[in-house]
Amino acid sequence: MEKENPPLPPLQPVTLRINGKEQRLELAPWTSLLDALREHLHLTGTKKGCDHGQCGACTVLVDGKRINSCLTLAMMQEDKEITTVEGLAKDGELHPVQQAFIDNDAFQCGYCTPGQICSVIGLVNEGKAKTMDDIRDLMSGNVCRCGAYVNIVKVVQEALERSDAR
Amino acid sequence: MKTDQIGKERNRVDGKAKVTGEAKYAAEFEAENLAYGVVVSSGIAKGKIKSIDASKALALDGVLQVFTHENRPGYMWLDKNYKDDDAPPGSPFRPLYDNEVQFSMQPIALVVAETFELARYAAMLVEVAYETAEHDTDFDANLEQAYEPEEYKASEPPKPRGDVDKALAEASARIEQTYTHPAEHHNPMEMHASTAVWEGDGKLTVYDKIQGVQNSQQYIASAFGMSQDEVRVISPFVGGAFGSGLRPQYQLFLAVLAARELQRSVRVVMTRQQMFSFGHRPKTLQRFKLGADADGKLQALQQEVYGETSRFEDYSEDVVLWPGVLYPCDNTKLTHKLVGLDVYTPLDMRAPGGTTGIYALECAIDELAYEAGVDPLEFRKKNYSEKDQNEDKPFSSKELRECYRQGAEKFGWSKRKMEPRSMKDGHQLIGWGMAQGAWEANQAEASAKAVLSKDGKLTVSSATADIGTGTYTVMTQIAAEALGLSLEDVTFKLGDSDLPKAPLEGGSKTVATVGSAVKKACEQVQEKLLKLAQEQSNSPLAETKLEDVEFSEGRISLKRDASKSMQLQDLLQHSENGSLEGEVSTKPSDESKEYARYAHSAVFAEVKVDEDLGTVKVTRVVTAVAGGRIVNPKTARSQILGGMVWGMGVALHEHTVMDNHLGRFINHDLDKYHVPVNADVQEMEVIFVEEEDEVVNPLGVKGLGEIGVVGVAPAIANAIFHATGKRVRELPITMDKLL
Repeated sequence: MEKENPPLPPLQPVTLRINGKEQRLELAPWTSLLDALREHLHLTGTKKGCDHGQCGACTVLVDGKRINSCLTLAMMQEDKEITTVEGLAKDGELHPVQQAFIDNDAFQCGYCTPGQICSVIGLVNEGKAKTMDDIRDLMSGNVCRCGAYVNIVKVVQEALERSDAR
Repeated sequence: MKTDQIGKERNRVDGKAKVTGEAKYAAEFEAENLAYGVVVSSGIAKGKIKSIDASKALALDGVLQVFTHENRPGYMWLDKNYKDDDAPPGSPFRPLYDNEVQFSMQPIALVVAETFELARYAAMLVEVAYETAEHDTDFDANLEQAYEPEEYKASEPPKPRGDVDKALAEASARIEQTYTHPAEHHNPMEMHASTAVWEGDGKLTVYDKIQGVQNSQQYIASAFGMSQDEVRVISPFVGGAFGSGLRPQYQLFLAVLAARELQRSVRVVMTRQQMFSFGHRPKTLQRFKLGADADGKLQALQQEVYGETSRFEDYSEDVVLWPGVLYPCDNTKLTHKLVGLDVYTPLDMRAPGGTTGIYALECAIDELAYEAGVDPLEFRKKNYSEKDQNEDKPFSSKELRECYRQGAEKFGWSKRKMEPRSMKDGHQLIGWGMAQGAWEANQAEASAKAVLSKDGKLTVSSATADIGTGTYTVMTQIAAEALGLSLEDVTFKLGDSDLPKAPLEGGSKTVATVGSAVKKACEQVQEKLLKLAQEQSNSPLAETKLEDVEFSEGRISLKRDASKSMQLQDLLQHSENGSLEGEVSTKPSDESKEYARYAHSAVFAEVKVDEDLGTVKVTRVVTAVAGGRIVNPKTARSQILGGMVWGMGVALHEHTVMDNHLGRFINHDLDKYHVPVNADVQEMEVIFVEEEDEVVNPLGVKGLGEIGVVGVAPAIANAIFHATGKRVRELPITMDKLL
């Protein structure tokens, strides 16, 4: 049988700056930032929970803003500062939000946790949350099926207090 | 009892790994030359595949193979070889077995390519022609055809007692109502995934999302005719499961099949949509008839249950167990029938049977209490069961009265007005409702090994799982307690089929089951340490017995004279090979079987319902739990809080909608399938009441994974009635039903 070869888009050189390090990759143009992180760079701390922007497990920080890394292509994020959960601890010391997740037991299975942590940091950067209801609303893009919300809200409160104190 | 670890709040020992991204889940293990598999799902619910044309996919550079029923290897296809530890009676589904389609989204092909992006694209190019047969997925239309299975997966319904019809006729208050619970899906945050690593010589190491690695190992060995030595299954972290990982799912089978055929490593991850293609909490309908006498005592109870199952397996759960546990009643009739449909077999989902059964029972009891004019909490106190009537056994312990007392006090129940619609806050109708719950406190057989090495570090292991429940942490605590070590000096290993045998992590039995084995393995090490201590010249512990010594702060000391003590690390220098080992298997005691063993809860909920819009906000929930000894109050509280969030989902959000025209669950993603999010959850409190139990298991613990769920949905439903005066008997209670 005659087989027709449908054309595949050629691989593209993509340079990403992740956790302060430059990463040069050859990627199919339809590679999401999430898959570039997980499958091409083995930075699996960023999680895939739906691949459709419905769960928030893949939240990373791009120039300090939280985004769903499954909803953007890797090649759209060149020339930006990408921070994943792997880049939060400094010199072996956990970021205060990471430590607060442990101290408040704000997770169980841990799968949504890296996204939650990045989301909390992004939320603090946004500076919009003033009340408990604001916190709950602004954290609602990150689903936690284990149901750790009460403890996650405590982490956010503490983070906001720390940022006010600065 | 003096303790250093058990009963103390401790941070999770795996916490750091989880907050840094170091914890690796099934799809995250690297392998050389890894290929990616993407599953093609059937577009029809029933019929035959006439043809599959994969030529366009195969023509792409980098597509390695498309596996279908036409080219699958020809070995080991007997259905008994596909049985697993959680299989219901019947004939398990066999992926790619033949051209038969038995349910919508059945896996019908696996496309394997060099990259994930390519496999995903190629899967879209696979063309399938079907010969469609008429499917039937309509539960309501098939109640007449319901049948009693030859064999129940869970317990058989308890035998009838007394004369229900007569008691109902004589009752001074009675209700007769039907309650419906929809199909729901587990939706753990991590999608099911398997990375099958080809080790050469036919050997595989498989990283799998599973609640028991040895179940996957046995399943693979048996389905593929491999020996257990040829397949090792590893699963150190599981991104939630809630029952979805009790049975090996099809991505495991397909990853292994592809790895064997291609002789290279293959990863298969389901899509979120495919997470709706295997196993769900079955749609269940329950007809209740209850009667009480003039004193408000329950005299008659009839529960008639209809649960959904597939055409190929008889799935049933313990829906009718709960009246006999929670309420004394001499006239009862309990039945459970199955409705066979063209769907995949339902699957145990957090508190299977209890979530469904206790929801309906506790709503029906609330209705009866109102019919009898008795406060709902008072009604439960009047009808307090002192024994399990299903099996006619006393409870090993039951501090439910204390749950009522502490829960009601914290909530402020005494200020409640009985009359519905009697409490308001502007446009918001306020409702207060309560319910009680129970869950089994089982123990199963398990093995564990403890090794105390020369440097004073203890390694304990068992092939159990930690699905977020805290297994790593509490086992570390139990072992550290036994040998008087700090948590830092103890490592607990799990999730590896090479480790000592453990059952599936499910049914809230892991701490009782594996914890008892861990404790006993450490006790063996204690004995060896004492013997070693006594062998030393001028031993201060010569002539002492094990019960006279204690292990604390790295020392073994005489209980009545702490000055007589020895450093463990010094002792270990004298052990023959530098380490001491204990390896045991444990099982429940004969004595424990003489008792009914349950955890109990009392739940109090406050809702605010917008009078004009019908929106429901759960503003406050208090759960008081009698769950035996609490090993780690911190992780235990989290588990109960999580259960409460689940109960809220059951009451208000979760519903997988079957489109009977297509025979397909149509809201199959996290946008349309609603689970509670942060904004849904307001104040939640957990109380653990003291409960001592020397019979239930050597640790005196009861599981907590499920007791937190069961009473919450009915407490919320009852609160909504109290707010609105409206009984909604079909879950979830969405605003359209309240307007």
